[in-house]
Amino acid sequence: MLVKQLSVFMENRPGRLYKLTHALGKEGIDFVTLSIADTKDFGIVRFIARDNERAYEILKNEGFTVGITELIGVEVDDKPNALAEVIALIEAANINIEYLYSFVLTNHNSAKILMRVEDTDRALKILTEKGIKLLSEKIL
Amino acid sequence: MSKVKDYIYRPEIECLSRSEFENLQSERLRKTVELVYNNCKPYRAKMDACKLKPSDIRSVADLQKLPFTVKHDLREAYPFGFYSAPARDIVEVHASSGTTGKLTVVGYTQNDVDVWAEVAARSLAMAGVTKDSLVHVAYGYGLFTGGLGAHYGAQQIGASTVPASAGNTIRQLTLLRDFGATHLCCTPSYAIFLGTEIEKAGMNIEDFSLIGGAFGAEPWTYQMRDELERLLHIDALDIYGLSEISGPGVAMECMQKHGSHVQEDHFIPEIIDPDTLEPLPYGSEGELVFTTITKTGQPLIRYRTRDLCTLTAGKCACGRTTVKMSKVKGRSDDMLIIRGVNVFPSQIEAAIMNVAGVSPHYMIYVDRINNLDVIEIDIELAGNLTPDRVSDIESIKKKVETEINSYIGLSAKIKLCESGSIRRSEGKAVRVVDRRE
Ligand SMILES: [Zn+2]
Repeated sequence: MLVKQLSVFMENRPGRLYKLTHALGKEGIDFVTLSIADTKDFGIVRFIARDNERAYEILKNEGFTVGITELIGVEVDDKPNALAEVIALIEAANINIEYLYSFVLTNHNSAKILMRVEDTDRALKILTEKGIKLLSEKIL
Repeated sequence: MSKVKDYIYRPEIECLSRSEFENLQSERLRKTVELVYNNCKPYRAKMDACKLKPSDIRSVADLQKLPFTVKHDLREAYPFGFYSAPARDIVEVHASSGTTGKLTVVGYTQNDVDVWAEVAARSLAMAGVTKDSLVHVAYGYGLFTGGLGAHYGAQQIGASTVPASAGNTIRQLTLLRDFGATHLCCTPSYAIFLGTEIEKAGMNIEDFSLIGGAFGAEPWTYQMRDELERLLHIDALDIYGLSEISGPGVAMECMQKHGSHVQEDHFIPEIIDPDTLEPLPYGSEGELVFTTITKTGQPLIRYRTRDLCTLTAGKCACGRTTVKMSKVKGRSDDMLIIRGVNVFPSQIEAAIMNVAGVSPHYMIYVDRINNLDVIEIDIELAGNLTPDRVSDIESIKKKVETEINSYIGLSAKIKLCESGSIRRSEGKAVRVVDRRE
């Protein structure tokens, strides 16, 4: 029940993000999600592509520092407080959320959240017990 | 398990006793001093200035009476003023460029080329090169002595020699694999680069036949050796040379991998204190000085290499009795003085190699900001890293900072870079940019 995501290390220099998106774009690879964590010195671009495996190969060949991580994905109703409820469940179990971002797919009345937590197995168990709808690769 | 079967190429020389060496060196030194005094104007002037006649030099014990030769002397005599042989007897000319722009020229007679081939052959024998070997030379061929030196040595042994020269990684890898090279000769940084490119090129190291190699032309660390041996599945040995004395082969590491045997019947090594210029005993660290005693084209007396290392005497477990030099710690030319502290790029490299998650590709920048020396080191992340958590990257950076601080006693600003972003060199790696005025 985990969702694969690619992450790419990027120096803080102009043109780097273009190089990444262009490398994938010209091969016809679509992004499903995209999020950027940046610090003073570098950034980490995290995304899910329509074809993760191919995207990974293309980026490796182009020399990017890229890796694959597995995240927990959940689907919540697109209404106030839905996100807070999910976060409350994880935090109540004392599991640290390392990062989280959300995205919306068209034709769906729900928001999707991706997160990396310290203890993935335990977090999955809690979410499942509480009936939270988990995302699988297929939904994306 | 090592696949290298090393052997002693010239046991009747390489295993002489100390007194036999000294007799041979004394006789050859006398001849050389006579030759340079009578045929090389700068040497006659230097000796006259010290009121020395060739007859004052009777044995190796008198070596210390002779004046030093430095690179600047050779540049002053540009291009051919340091020849001791008539120009018509010179069969090959090499030159190395320095940071100051002017070339240092070295002329070789046929005798000198033969000496070079002999010492290079002895060196390659230490890595197990035989008539049945295939030696792939990926040093640059040209004015730089790396390519031809390895080439001559391999040919003297009778191995198949592939003069691939530097450049074109994919072609290098294809040749190495398809020709079934058993030995590789190039700079250690280029060898590591080739090793890391194998997978990217869609090749498998299992399809290669490599067993050993001789790597030199730049100082390298034991950690780099581990990396190189792991990547290429070989025994990686250090070969030492400098164009002024002779290309690669002046000294070479045996399979004991603990110091390089100096070919003492051709080159007399000394260690001196670089400040006082006093000779130091075996075991002391100082600047390496060579006197050539068999060359005829451009013999050099007490040539200061600027390389810092130690010498040790005594019989090696490999059977050889020649003096061994330690790995070169740094070139005193390369030494940076930062906030009054002596820093060698090789120390920084050793520190970097201790940290998982970064590659051995780096650049050192030195600046002076508000009258304070500042070091910034750009280091590439390892290619196989999964860069997902900001904290992971930051902890790698911290580790590098801590390691470097413990090696050099100074803090450096670390910048982590994308893999492949630091320019690869195919010859001698340029890793320091000193931007201080
Ligand atoms: Zn030995």
